[in-house]
Amino acid sequence: MFTLGIDIGSTTAKAAILKDGKETVASSIVIATVGTDGVSQAIENVFRDSGLKKEDIQFTVATGYGRKTFEGADLQVSELTCHAIGVHHEFNNVRTVIDIGGQDAKVLSLNEQGRMVNFVMNDKCAAGTGRFLDVMANILHLDISQLEVEAAKATHPADISSTCTVFAESEVISQLAAGTKIPDLVAGICQSVASRVAALAKRVGVKETVCMSGGVARNAGVRTAMEKELGVRIAYSENAQLMGAFGAALYAFDKANTVNS
Amino acid sequence: MGEEVKKKRRAPDPNSAKYKLGQIAAKAYSDCVEAKARGEKIGWCASNFPVEIPETLGLHVCYPENQAAAIAARGGGERMCSESEGDGYSNDICAYARISLAYMKLKKAPEQDMPQPDFVLCCNNICNCMIKWYENIAKELDIPMIMIDIPFNPDYEVSDAEVEYIEAQFWDAIHQLEDITGKKWSDERFKEVKEISGRSSRAWLKATACAKYVPSPFNGFDLLNHMAVMVTARGKAEAAEAMETLLKEYEENHKTGKSTFRTDEKYRIMFEGIACWPWLRATSTGLKSRGINMVTTIYADAFGFIYDDFKGMCRAYARVPNAMNLELSRDKRIKLCKDNHVEGLLVHTNRSCKLWSGFMAEMSKQIGQACGIPVVSFDGDQADPRNFSEAQYDTRVQGLMEIMEANKEGH
Repeated sequence: MFTLGIDIGSTTAKAAILKDGKETVASSIVIATVGTDGVSQAIENVFRDSGLKKEDIQFTVATGYGRKTFEGADLQVSELTCHAIGVHHEFNNVRTVIDIGGQDAKVLSLNEQGRMVNFVMNDKCAAGTGRFLDVMANILHLDISQLEVEAAKATHPADISSTCTVFAESEVISQLAAGTKIPDLVAGICQSVASRVAALAKRVGVKETVCMSGGVARNAGVRTAMEKELGVRIAYSENAQLMGAFGAALYAFDKANTVNS
Repeated sequence: MGEEVKKKRRAPDPNSAKYKLGQIAAKAYSDCVEAKARGEKIGWCASNFPVEIPETLGLHVCYPENQAAAIAARGGGERMCSESEGDGYSNDICAYARISLAYMKLKKAPEQDMPQPDFVLCCNNICNCMIKWYENIAKELDIPMIMIDIPFNPDYEVSDAEVEYIEAQFWDAIHQLEDITGKKWSDERFKEVKEISGRSSRAWLKATACAKYVPSPFNGFDLLNHMAVMVTARGKAEAAEAMETLLKEYEENHKTGKSTFRTDEKYRIMFEGIACWPWLRATSTGLKSRGINMVTTIYADAFGFIYDDFKGMCRAYARVPNAMNLELSRDKRIKLCKDNHVEGLLVHTNRSCKLWSGFMAEMSKQIGQACGIPVVSFDGDQADPRNFSEAQYDTRVQGLMEIMEANKEGH
């Protein structure tokens, strides 16, 4: 049985096809989302790469902020539940999931069965989200993927104390003007994201094993800073950004089985 | 092309509680307008000021918080908040205050008008921002402000010393009002008002307690509307009668299996905080579309006052939600959750109300642990529509529903 999970986030569209709720047949990440052809592009990619057709898919689950705008889904499920399922499938001992996406940060608390029992999310402020890192990378004329490389070179991480993205932008510009080195600034920026999200994690309660998912999890600078903030090792998968889509496809598999039975 | 078919609204039943309560809420404003036209002095009054005082003295007052909620619910919140911000008030200040201060200056709002005050009645048992808000009105309009200080009580019980402190202020307020308006206090009239207020409160609290039935005989969002009468008119005989009708209807709904929550009640939650008035439809639909009934909220129960005498009234006004300590606040909410079979808690982190939102992070955690229910919060505002994101609200509510669903399935 093939199931499709589509995670329509604020900055990227992700799709994944699973076989029998186990084997990843195809996955795709497209940096474009609701209101663009990003979603259809991600779906086209997974069908092309898997050689499957729409009619081969038994059940489709859409998740993410754009879940309601996607008409081809059998079911819409929140990205909270999907990330919990996706991460638990990959790391079955995980009890805390930190998911930092393009416009929000979430910390999920999982029970021993991997079921989400509680969660907290950031407020409307963009600090502590992927958008914050995008803005900062832009000021520093860096590609987002270069942030972790630069952070690793830091010798004296800068202190970015502003919680507001706009104020932090001014702060970074001031520090640049004062001669602070770019790696030190990048490390400070990663630290700023980590400390803000760590505060959320402490509210919901940090239980090991802790895992990061979402696009920002790919940034080792933030992961390292988070480990320091929380005093725990952070598990991480190369597929961190796809966890929502995987979770959606797994949910679809469970649902299809329920329907069939 | 087909023609648009407009659905005819059913004429409201004049004997229904909804109709009666709507009439009373509207009459509170028209009574004030008429009194002002007759040359009587009218006041603006804080929602948790002892309404028994103006009622006993035969004074007409209207309620800026109630007006601000009405303006916000009818789409005027942003316009009025921006007006105040243009006058230099920070957007960090309570949106009710910003709307009210704008109204004081503009003196008109198509969403809800009320006459300008000759005095203001302030009581800080619900909010401290209110002191400066009312002081500014008094200063700008050059009118007297009567201030009753009921400080936050760090203890579980209200001490005799606190009652004494409050009682002296109540009498001082009465004497000031007698001087300002020429009206006289009557112990006999107070006794009547106390009894009516008690009747209204008992019926209201019993009506809200009907949420103990599963399914609930009412949609909890009804309470947010009906509450307006408890705020503005709980000392009036027609309010007591309407509240008794409401109770009767809810009991009848339970017996006949009806409910004003017109969909299958799959989940039951407690809602914490003031409603998001500018987004009432969005917040209500986000719940109702998922079969989630908001069966209880401390905010509604806050306006039920039951006491035996003048001292008892002083004590009752010291035990309102924002004046009581965390432990008592928590225990009252835990009781509501348990009595009403609540399965989840949705907390409105209200930008306008720093006091309420400030202590909710810890209190909601304790409630969640004590009741074994998930707790989810969302960012919003009671009257400034700019402080709310529908998509973010929707994700949080769906997440809450998914946890409640899994809990029901026993995963």
